[in-house]
Amino acid sequence: MSAPTRRSAEEIGSTPTGPRPLPDLGPQRAVPAPDEVDTVLGSGLRVIAVRRAEVPMVELRLRVPFADPAGTGTSDHAAVAEVLSTTILSGTRTRSRVGIDDDLAGVGGEIGFSVDPERLAVSGHALAEGLDTLLDVLADLVLAATHPDDELARERDRLVERIELASAQPSVIARRALQERRYGDHPVTREMPRAEEVTAVTADAVRALQDAALRPGGSVLVVVGDVDPGDAVARVEKALAGWTGGRAESLPALPALTARDLLLVDRPGAVQSQLRLSAPAVGRTDPRYPALQLANLSLGGYFSSRLVENLREDKGYTYHASSSLELDAHGAALLVETDVASEVTAPALLETRYELGRLAVVPPTAAEVESARRYLVGSLLISMTTQAGYASTVASLAAHGLSSAWIREHPARVEAVTVDEVAAAAAEFFAPTRFTGVVVADAAASADGLRALGGVEIPS
Amino acid sequence: MTSSVTAPGSTDSTAQGLHRRVLDNGLRVLLVPDTAAPVVGVAVHVDVGFRSEPEGRTGFAHLFEHLMFQGSESLEKLAHFRHVQSSGGVFNGSTHQDYTNYFEVLPSAALERALFLEADRLRAPRLTAENLRNQVDVVKEEIRLNVLNRPYGGFPWILLPPVLYDTYPNAHNGYGDFTDLEQADLDDAAGFFDAYYAPGNAVLTVVGDLDPDDAAALVEKHFGDIPARAVPERPSFGEPPPDRERRDTVTDANAPMPALAVGYRLPDPATDLPGYLAHAVLASLLTDGEAARLTQRLVYGDELVTDVSASCGLMGAPLDARDPDTFTLTAVHPASVEPDRILGAVDEELATLAAQGPDPEELRRVTARWASSLHREHDRLMSRMLALGSAELVQGRAELADELPGMLAAVEPAAVAAAAGSLRPDSRAVLTVTPGGAA
Repeated sequence: MSAPTRRSAEEIGSTPTGPRPLPDLGPQRAVPAPDEVDTVLGSGLRVIAVRRAEVPMVELRLRVPFADPAGTGTSDHAAVAEVLSTTILSGTRTRSRVGIDDDLAGVGGEIGFSVDPERLAVSGHALAEGLDTLLDVLADLVLAATHPDDELARERDRLVERIELASAQPSVIARRALQERRYGDHPVTREMPRAEEVTAVTADAVRALQDAALRPGGSVLVVVGDVDPGDAVARVEKALAGWTGGRAESLPALPALTARDLLLVDRPGAVQSQLRLSAPAVGRTDPRYPALQLANLSLGGYFSSRLVENLREDKGYTYHASSSLELDAHGAALLVETDVASEVTAPALLETRYELGRLAVVPPTAAEVESARRYLVGSLLISMTTQAGYASTVASLAAHGLSSAWIREHPARVEAVTVDEVAAAAAEFFAPTRFTGVVVADAAASADGLRALGGVEIPS
Repeated sequence: MTSSVTAPGSTDSTAQGLHRRVLDNGLRVLLVPDTAAPVVGVAVHVDVGFRSEPEGRTGFAHLFEHLMFQGSESLEKLAHFRHVQSSGGVFNGSTHQDYTNYFEVLPSAALERALFLEADRLRAPRLTAENLRNQVDVVKEEIRLNVLNRPYGGFPWILLPPVLYDTYPNAHNGYGDFTDLEQADLDDAAGFFDAYYAPGNAVLTVVGDLDPDDAAALVEKHFGDIPARAVPERPSFGEPPPDRERRDTVTDANAPMPALAVGYRLPDPATDLPGYLAHAVLASLLTDGEAARLTQRLVYGDELVTDVSASCGLMGAPLDARDPDTFTLTAVHPASVEPDRILGAVDEELATLAAQGPDPEELRRVTARWASSLHREHDRLMSRMLALGSAELVQGRAELADELPGMLAAVEPAAVAAAAGSLRPDSRAVLTVTPGGAA
């Protein structure tokens, strides 16, 4: 071949042909609904089984409402629940910790537990031929976990170390501060217990919580994979026959979000600042929801949005800026977030507020709405193409009392939204005066700028 | 088109054949129909990574990746993002040791549009001083977010190589120093593009709900008229393994606990693939799952560490780089534990495995987990596409991506024992991270 080419940047950027037209979209093949069984067992456990046979695997999701029965932010529920979800894999009456893992590994399986203020979530998978083993281990953990004293003491220490580690992460500091700013001491704020609360948790408290709170009524189990749905439900019913009695505890409605100044949280020496702004919104069953989703996308819900194009692509303040909807069983909240260089903390807040105000009074154009609409419909399609994605989507819908029909029908709802409806949602939900939130930053470097802007509470 | 080879379907149940072509300009093309869902993926893997960036320009390969998103002859700044997303798709790019990839996954209606977008920037990217300055700022924020402002930032992928390796390509920081990034100019960018982004230096992978003949015609239509350019000779990055244990320590102002990373050299996958894969299985035996050897010993037995993890490669996935590549072991531990106690326990466990080999049932469980995790990964079209593209570019055989579960299941206990024996204390790098004041 010839000698290496060496051109200027300008020469590289143009060809004799000149700019070419963007090809049109072709026809889109529709997706048939997969075979599914959605039923409630005598125990009150809702079971949803779906056949998706792309790979020889099966995915499992269990969601148990697991709220603090005391309903206050000062109880030790969050810490006990966290230890429970950590030590539940330490052994059962018939399996040791290693025995549990060996049985799962034999069928290419894994199972994990996590807990948040709303629910206990179990996520698992295995080779499809190992479904019975996976269900057998799950039933054993739910019904016969022993939380052995020595394992519990060790896991508790490891958990304390992990919490200390996580508590140093700026994103975690910002999340905790935001939850308290938004919801005071409501149990929803207790996403991660404090290390000292975990240290005080006893084995008896963990066993008592497992007996009292791990209930089938109101819980949902989802099985998606290379299975026959009717047969999978029968296997679930057989494996979990011993799980009966009572309803699981649901999280009470969150306090109404009220507009307030942002709170500056000092993180001395930080090279980057976290901005978190939040306002009340509406959830999936509200008729305004699809219009709200499109307005949110236009602001910062994807890359081609006003926030990203301003803060990142125009100003270079940040690697990442976003706006999203946080959904719970009762409603929803808008969350606008970005991490920026310390020296541009105040300018970035100014631009963020500007974009919120602009969305409210200069609503998304027809082109912006159409782009957001295509993205929403397409990303919904893509997220449902994997067994794991499908299982998680169905489980989170079911946890909020909806079925897979909701997601199948949602593209049609999104297609029907008008530009005027998006403008109405933008004006109703995004006005900067509706927001509260926090700024985590080095106060010495950023307080003066924030004070000049106003609307930020600066602790002295 | 100068050639077309159709490989028979592999053992993967979703595989519907893998079709290879080479365009006249040298672009290698992989067409992989997978009609499970009405989506398609398009990826371009370019044969240049951060090991190839010039001295004094650390971080340039990654910075250049950002520039490739900033517009091209037919696309204004930001148009690429808008067109992918307004077609319902998602996109990204990433820079590795030996390659850089650019990709999108979209509803299948957008196949031609995606090919157009990738072809336009491979033909004529719009490199401007303004975009360069803006993306230097964005990259600096990315580095602050992922390295400077978080505990264990760059651990171990930035921090371990300078201890294990001597030469600039292997040892330097691929994210780059801020001073180097700030000095990068437009002429660097033009030179880098002309040197490395020739069509003959790239692989185009198209996966999903497509007809191979139709897709081939669209590929020819959009990529066929990119002129051929000289393909750079690929340098060897080879250097001798360390002849002793090398140690270094760094301070991390954000870290709450000390940490330790150990690096060993891996067999060259190009000449000793079975040896390399035995190391991948070994990594799983050591730290994957509650029953794994080092998890048992270090976390539960001696209670020396809170977390331990072993892997083949610095970026988390095996077979992601050419030789030389790194077997990595990391652990986070309480300040009361001396790193040498951890190293001593690791050496004992490796010696036991080298002498006795793994139990066949233990090995079977590890490979069942590998098979299952690869099935799950390949259920996601984006992951399978990227695995196929990087296997074709880096290892010369896309089929490796689909054959990996079977190959791992075939690894014998003796090969794992030999791999354990090869991780010698007198030929490794040890990096310790100390929490502490201003770094």
